[in-house]
Amino acid sequence: MVNIQMTGAQMVLKAFEDHQVDTIFGYPGGAVLPIYDELAKERDTNQPIRHYLVRHEQGASHSAEGYARSSGKVGVMLVTSGPGVTNSVTGLTDAMMDSIPIVCISGQVPTHLIGTDAFQECDAVGITRPCTKHNWLVKDINDLSRILHEAFYVASSGRPGPVLVDIPKDIQFQTGTYIGPETVKHKSYRPKLKANIDQIDDALKLIADAEKPIFYTGGGVINSGNAAVQLLREFVRLTGFPITSTLQGLGAYPGDDSQFIGMLGMHGTYEANMAMNECDLMINIGARFDDRITGKIDEFSPNSKKIHIDIDPSSINKIVKVDVPLIGDVAHVLEDSIKLWKSKVYKINKTPLKEWWKTIDKWKEKDSLKFDRDKNTIKPQYAIQRLYDLTKDKDVFVTTEVGQHQMWAAQYYKFSKPNRWITSGGLGTMGFGLPAAIGAQVAHPDKLVIDIAGEASILMCIQEMSTAIQHKLPVKIFIINNQYMGMVRQWQELLHDKRYSHSYTDALPDFVKLAEAYGAKGIRVQKPNELDKGINEMIEYDGPVIFDCVVEQNENVYPMIPSGKAHNEMLLGDETKKEEISDEGKVLV
Amino acid sequence: MSEIVSKHTVSVLVDNEPGVLARVIGLISGRGYNIDSLTVAEVDAEKHISRITIVAPGTEQTVNKMISQLQRIVPVKRAANVTFEKQGIEREMALVKIVSTGEKRVESMRLSDVFRARVIDTTHDSFVFELNGSPRKIDAFIDLMKPLGLSEVSRTGVVAIARGTEKM
Repeated sequence: MVNIQMTGAQMVLKAFEDHQVDTIFGYPGGAVLPIYDELAKERDTNQPIRHYLVRHEQGASHSAEGYARSSGKVGVMLVTSGPGVTNSVTGLTDAMMDSIPIVCISGQVPTHLIGTDAFQECDAVGITRPCTKHNWLVKDINDLSRILHEAFYVASSGRPGPVLVDIPKDIQFQTGTYIGPETVKHKSYRPKLKANIDQIDDALKLIADAEKPIFYTGGGVINSGNAAVQLLREFVRLTGFPITSTLQGLGAYPGDDSQFIGMLGMHGTYEANMAMNECDLMINIGARFDDRITGKIDEFSPNSKKIHIDIDPSSINKIVKVDVPLIGDVAHVLEDSIKLWKSKVYKINKTPLKEWWKTIDKWKEKDSLKFDRDKNTIKPQYAIQRLYDLTKDKDVFVTTEVGQHQMWAAQYYKFSKPNRWITSGGLGTMGFGLPAAIGAQVAHPDKLVIDIAGEASILMCIQEMSTAIQHKLPVKIFIINNQYMGMVRQWQELLHDKRYSHSYTDALPDFVKLAEAYGAKGIRVQKPNELDKGINEMIEYDGPVIFDCVVEQNENVYPMIPSGKAHNEMLLGDETKKEEISDEGKVLV
Repeated sequence: MSEIVSKHTVSVLVDNEPGVLARVIGLISGRGYNIDSLTVAEVDAEKHISRITIVAPGTEQTVNKMISQLQRIVPVKRAANVTFEKQGIEREMALVKIVSTGEKRVESMRLSDVFRARVIDTTHDSFVFELNGSPRKIDAFIDLMKPLGLSEVSRTGVVAIARGTEKM
């Protein structure tokens, strides 16, 4: 590879090319103009980079996430200094919490003005230090290409995450030497991919002896890639064990398979949470014992041995002490596990497993996701069930905002493939769904992309409708409209004696007219018997649609493990919610 | 695991690059941990590796959690609890200024001998002592100097290393 002389701005584009980046999301401004100038010059070449102009940098960050989460590639965004960076912070934090690979290139004021409170100056690396996996301020043009290559490496390897490269404007103009990615190696960051084989054997012995086992899988399986997903399916079928998944892990194992017992956690199924509570062996694959999953930590799965597969050593024993930690990439660990299982001819403990399944089937009979139907008003659960039934024969990508609709989507929409379910889990970012849907649609132009939204969340990034129209991205926004910030209302009902403090939206826009104002199609449905027709109309329309699904206002998400309670203390419906929540529980979120 | 709050000494090996100290202490303060003392210096000039030694109060569990989180920082190569009670050796240096005359001045000189402190500056009314040792020894010396005209103290903070052949 010949080292070439070029400007900083050209280096950025050259690095994109070298890392197979053909799509970026961004918003121009003073401190990134040299890079935008190169984008303009490049427009007439054979393979210009596709730049999607967002309407707010938060939109760029979530679109990059939607692109990354739906494709498994690195999401790339380009923003200017000052407000460009501060507006990106929410998306970077979101990507940090859910381990999503993002490279954010930000402009900075020229080096001689740094520290002078110059126009649109902010301490970008200082502000983003806690919300990125790593970040860099480039102070020398000859460091730029190395830093760009390191940025892509750090973002996508190990436990993925967002990174930021802050490039002062004078560096963008300067000329220096570009070195290719193949000659750049990060000096110390080498995540371990393969787990210790003796420890894998220890884990397999536990698996062979288990009487009441359960797989508990998370987003790490999806991050690890398609091989991990296939190996997980093979291993789960090999053992015949029940499997449950976190919110982020949905789709890694088919949602309609008989071994899958539903999502676990605060709004998980009765059978999944009871099985977690009573199991004697828990096999955690790429999940992190999040507080939404464990409930009361002292009473979390008290009688089980625990195996934990994670690429991030700091996840091990962070919250729950485990018996066999397997530090490595999910795909590598599962591959070695399956090989060893077969070569050592391990057998599962068949008779107790049969009994275990009988117990689980009993729990299933509770039918914890049942809900009452109504002739006159649409139940939100019914709306999502119909949406699923009418779209399940297609390869659909679903994004969500955050709140009740998100939980109902997780409960009633079933995913059979990874990367089809794109939701803000760790940070819980309202406003995530629409820009994420735009990113997913960009990655999959011919697929159906639906943002299942709430009427409150959607208004947080509604400006991105304009992005969808400009770039002809036919995203469908399916709003579960109950006029409340539903999850806030539900907590106020359960924890604050129904004092609905500021959770009702009194002046909602007319979503049909709003759609039309942007140049999209608007559909409103208020009656259950009009729902199917409306959904079909939405699917068939070639362009963005806002679907205003007016639903029952007082519906709550059940089952629910109230804050501070254990897995076996679930509320199954309105009739059980009389029980007091302790002061200790009220403090939790 | 022990629920008792005590002082823990944590050694962190890092790539010596811009901002690395800010990353380490930003993480510690951002998660609500306190720092009693902090030292940092490059220990391998060729490979550009620095060693940061942090003394922080906490239960064993909170300190272990802090170490896990430190290990997530990309330029952090290793982090470990090297607390004295386990297997580490801890040393600190202090400069202690005494301003006094007469019997008190003589007494401070006598005590400094017991502690093997060196006099590195003197006037008719003052001494500056240099003292090396464990943090406890330095605490004891400072306590003894208080009634003898203790005027000012400057301490380096703790550096620590494991005993024997063990390497971090």
